[in-house]
Amino acid sequence: MADFLQLLVSGLATGSIYALAGLGFTLLWQASGTLNFAQGEFVMLPAFGILALSGLGLPLPVAFAVTCAVAVVVLGWGFKRGIADPLLRSGHMPVVVATLGLSIALRNAVRAGYSAEAHPFPSVFGDDLFHIAGVVVTRIDLGTLAAALVLVLGTQAFLARTVTGRAMQAVAQDPDSAVVVGIDVPRMILYAFAVNAVLACAAALLVTPTYLAKFDMGESLGTKAFFAAVIGGFNNARGTLLGGIVVGVCENLAAAYVSASYKDAVALALFLFVLLVRPQGLLGKPVERRV
Amino acid sequence: MTRRSHWLIGGAAAVVLLGAPGLLRGYGVYLLGYWLVFVVATMGLNLTVGYAGQVSLGHAAFLGVGAYSVAIAMKAGCSFWLGLPVAAALCFVLGLGLGFPALRVQSIYLAFATLGFNVAMWLVMRNEEWLTGGTSGINDVGRPAVLGWSLSGSLAYYYFELAVAAVLGALLWRLLRSPWGKAFTALRDNPIRAESLGIDVQAYTLLAFAIGAAYAGVAGALFAGLVQFVEPTPFSLGASFLMYLMVVVGGAGSFFGPAVGAAVGVLLPEWLRFAQGWYLVAFGACVVLLVRWLPGGLLGIPDRVRARRARAAAATRGRP
Amino acid sequence: MNAKLPAAAVVACLLAASTAHAQIKIAVIQELSGTGATAGTNFKNGVDLAVKEINAAGGILGQKLDATFEDTQSNPGVAKGLALKAVDDGAFAVFGPTFSGSMLVSMAQTRRAEVPNFTGADAATLTQQGNPYIFRTSFTQLISMPRVAHYLASALKARRVAVIFVNNDFGKGGRDAFVKAAVAAGLTVTADVSTEAGQLDFSAPVLKARQSDPDALFVYTNEEESARCLRELRKQAFARPIVGETTLAGQRVIELAGAAANGVLAHVGLTVDAPIPAVHEFRARFEKAYKYVPDHNGIKGYTSVFFLKAGIEAAGKLDRVAVARALHGLKIRAAKQPGVLMDVAIDDHGDLDRASFIVQVKDGKQEVKEVLPPVARF
Repeated sequence: MADFLQLLVSGLATGSIYALAGLGFTLLWQASGTLNFAQGEFVMLPAFGILALSGLGLPLPVAFAVTCAVAVVVLGWGFKRGIADPLLRSGHMPVVVATLGLSIALRNAVRAGYSAEAHPFPSVFGDDLFHIAGVVVTRIDLGTLAAALVLVLGTQAFLARTVTGRAMQAVAQDPDSAVVVGIDVPRMILYAFAVNAVLACAAALLVTPTYLAKFDMGESLGTKAFFAAVIGGFNNARGTLLGGIVVGVCENLAAAYVSASYKDAVALALFLFVLLVRPQGLLGKPVERRV
Repeated sequence: MTRRSHWLIGGAAAVVLLGAPGLLRGYGVYLLGYWLVFVVATMGLNLTVGYAGQVSLGHAAFLGVGAYSVAIAMKAGCSFWLGLPVAAALCFVLGLGLGFPALRVQSIYLAFATLGFNVAMWLVMRNEEWLTGGTSGINDVGRPAVLGWSLSGSLAYYYFELAVAAVLGALLWRLLRSPWGKAFTALRDNPIRAESLGIDVQAYTLLAFAIGAAYAGVAGALFAGLVQFVEPTPFSLGASFLMYLMVVVGGAGSFFGPAVGAAVGVLLPEWLRFAQGWYLVAFGACVVLLVRWLPGGLLGIPDRVRARRARAAAATRGRP
Repeated sequence: MNAKLPAAAVVACLLAASTAHAQIKIAVIQELSGTGATAGTNFKNGVDLAVKEINAAGGILGQKLDATFEDTQSNPGVAKGLALKAVDDGAFAVFGPTFSGSMLVSMAQTRRAEVPNFTGADAATLTQQGNPYIFRTSFTQLISMPRVAHYLASALKARRVAVIFVNNDFGKGGRDAFVKAAVAAGLTVTADVSTEAGQLDFSAPVLKARQSDPDALFVYTNEEESARCLRELRKQAFARPIVGETTLAGQRVIELAGAAANGVLAHVGLTVDAPIPAVHEFRARFEKAYKYVPDHNGIKGYTSVFFLKAGIEAAGKLDRVAVARALHGLKIRAAKQPGVLMDVAIDDHGDLDRASFIVQVKDGKQEVKEVLPPVARF
C-alpha cells in the first residue's frame, strides 16, 4: 500500500510538471486558435535564460524577473506579431508548421550556441525529504505541486473573474461577436500571448530542477504537456492540471504494474480514448462545428 | 500558366531527374533516392491533407509499417515484389482502421489522434523485438531484382524508385481527375456543404486517408531498400511533423507540391550544411520564413499571382 | 633576369599548392543533433583537439590533417549518406558515427571503399562481421560487462542483481550484454526494468528494483536519466550498492545528481579522473579549449586520431589498406605515442585491449578503487 501511495504521490508531482508546461498551450489555443508546437521550447529557452543570467552572478529571483520580461517581449509579442498574426488568416495549419520550424530552430540554436550538455538548475525549494504516512516526498515535489495548483487556479480565476479575463474568454469563443460588443480583440489576444510567455517562464523555473536544462528538453516535455492538455480539456485550465496528473500517475502505475516498456502507451491509450469518446477532454466544454 | 510552359517545365524536370544522377557520385544519388522516398510519402499525405482537407500528424507510422513489412518479409525469405504490395495493402487496411473511429471527431482532434497513433506504432516497433528487431533493428535488407537484373547498384535502385514514383504519380493524377477526385476537393472546401450535396463524407474521407497511408507504405518499402537498415528512429513523431511540414511548404492541394516540399525537407538541410553547427537553425528559420510569406506553400505562388491579377482586374473593372 | 622572377614565383606557387594538396583528409561523422548530440559533440570536440595538436606538431609523415565534421542527426539514413559523401570526397579515414545502428550502415560503405573507420559505438556485433576496416575506440560491451559482473560477484559478493536500463539501442545492447555476463558469473537477475529516454519519474523502476530484493543494482541509462534515477534511489533510501558502466559515475552525472551520486560504483574504460598524468593534462587542455569537462566520448575522439597516427607511422606510408593492416595486432605504448593516453593493443577484429578502472564516487569526485590491467603485455 505504501508503494502504491509512493507511486501516486510521485505521479502527482511529475504530473504537475507536465501541467505547468501545458498550461499556456491551452490558453493560446483558446484565445487565438494558435496550436503552438514549440511550447516545449518556450519553456526550454527561459530555462537557459535564467541559467545564463544566474551564471553571470545575478540572484535567482532577479534572473527570473529579467527572463520573464524578455520572454513577454520575444515569446509573447514577438511570436504574435511575427508568426501568429500573419499566419492565422490562412487557417490553423500554417501556424502549426511555422511553430514546428520554430521549435527546430530554437532547439538547435541553443545546442549550437550554448551547449549540447545537460546542466543542473538551481531550485527554489530545498532538497529535503519528508516522510508522510510511509511515503517519501521531497520539498521540490510538494513545492511544484503547490505552485502548479496556485498557477492553475490563478489563471482560472483571472479568466473567469476579471474583466480582462472575461474579455479574453469572449474573444476565444467568438472573435466576431467580441468585436461587436466593443472588446479590443487584438489586445486581448496579445494578453493571451503575454500570459503564455509568463506561464512558460514559471514552468521553466519550477520544472527544470528536476528536468535538467538541456537543449532537447522541450521535445519530450512538449509532447507530454500536449497529452496533458488534450486529456484534461483543451479549452480549460483546470483540465490541464487534471490531465497532467492523470498522465503522471498512470505512467507510474503502468510502469510498476503493467509493463515498463509500454508505460508511455498508457497515457497514449487514455489520450486516444478521450479523443474518441469525449474529444473536449475530461473537463472541457464541447465545441460546436461551424458551417 | 500556359500549357506550353507546363510542358517545358515538365520536360526540363524529366531531363534533370533522368540525367543528373549519372553525373553525381554515391552521395548525390543516395540523396536523390532519399528525396524520392519522401516524394511518394508526401504524395499520399497531400491527398489526405491537401485534397481531402484532413489533418494527419502520424504519417511516419505508415512509412514505418511499410519499411518493416518489406524488411521482415525479405528476412523471412520472401521476395521484395511480395513485400511491396503487402506493405501497401497493410497500410491501406491500417489507414481504414485508424480512420474509421478517428474521422468521427473534428479535424483538430483528428490531428491529435493520428499523433497518438504514431507514438503507439513507434512503441510497438521499438518493443516487439521478436518481430522488428527492437532497437537494434533489421540490418542488410536486400534490394529487389527485375527479371534477373539486380537493382542493388545505387544508380539502378534510383531509377527503380523514380519509376515507382512516376507510376504512383500517374495513378494519383488519374484519381484526382476522376469523380472521386472532385469529391475530395468538394470535401476540402466545405465538408458540410459537400454532405448536403449527397457526397458520403465519411466514405470519401476514409478513402483519402487510406490511400494516403498506402502511398506511405510503398514509400516505406522504398526506404527499406534504400538505407538497407530498418530501425524505429526515422518513424518517430518528429518525422511525421517533418512530412506535414513538407506538404504545407510545398503547397497543400497542389499536385507537384510534394516534390517541392520533399526537396525542402530533405535537400535543404543538406544544402545548408555549410553553416556547420547552425545548419538546422537555418533550416528552421527558412521554414518559418517560407510559411510566413507563402502560407499557401511554394507552389501556391501561381495562385497568389493569379489572385492578385484577378483583384487588380476587378478593381479596374469596378472603376466608373 | 626579369623572366626568372615570375618563373620562380610560379614554381613556388606550384610547390605550395602541391604541399597544400598533400593533406590527410579525415571525415568526422557524428551525432551532433538529436538524441545522440551529447555523445557525438564530445567525440567531435575530442577529434578537433587532437587534429589541432597534431597539426601544430607538424602533422603525420609531414602532412597535416584536414578534418571535416558532419552531423548525422542521430538518424542512420542520414549517416549512410554522409558515409557515402566521405567516400566520394576521398577521405583517408572516417571517425564515427557513435550510434551503433548508424555505424552499421556507415561501415558497409567504408568497408566497400576500403577506408579505415574508427568508432566509439559499443555494440558487440560491429567487430563480429569480419570487417577489416573497423576499429573501436572503446571496449566492446562483451569486454566491459563481464568485468562489471566479475566485480559484482567477487568484490561485492553479490548473488542477486536488479537491472534498470534505458530502452534504446545503447541501453538495450548494454543490458543484453550485462545480463549474459551476469548469468555467466553465476548471478541471478531479480528485476529487469526498462525505462524511456527522457523519462522524468523513476519511482516505479526504483520501486520494482527494490521490491525484488537484490544484493546490488546495475543502472545503464543516459546521463540525465542516470541523475534522476540516482536521486530517486536516494529518496527511496536504497541501501544496496549501485553499480554502473562508464556513464553512471561520469563527471556529468555527478554534477547533475549532486549528493545522490555519492557511493556509486562503476567500471569505466575511460575517465578523465584516471590516476594518469597524461589524462589529467588532456582534461585541462580540453577544458581550456571548449570550456567544459569532457566525458569518455571526448577521450574516445581524441585518442582515436592518435590510433590513426600510430597506424600510419607503423605502415610508413599513406596507404589506407596498409594502414588498416598495420593497425591489426598493433600495440601502442603511451610512452611512445602520448596522444593515446594509455597503452592500448588493437586485435585482428578491431577490438581494443586496455586497462580499465573500478571507480567510486566520493564527495562529488571519482576515486579509482581498482585498476584492471589489460590482457596483453606491453
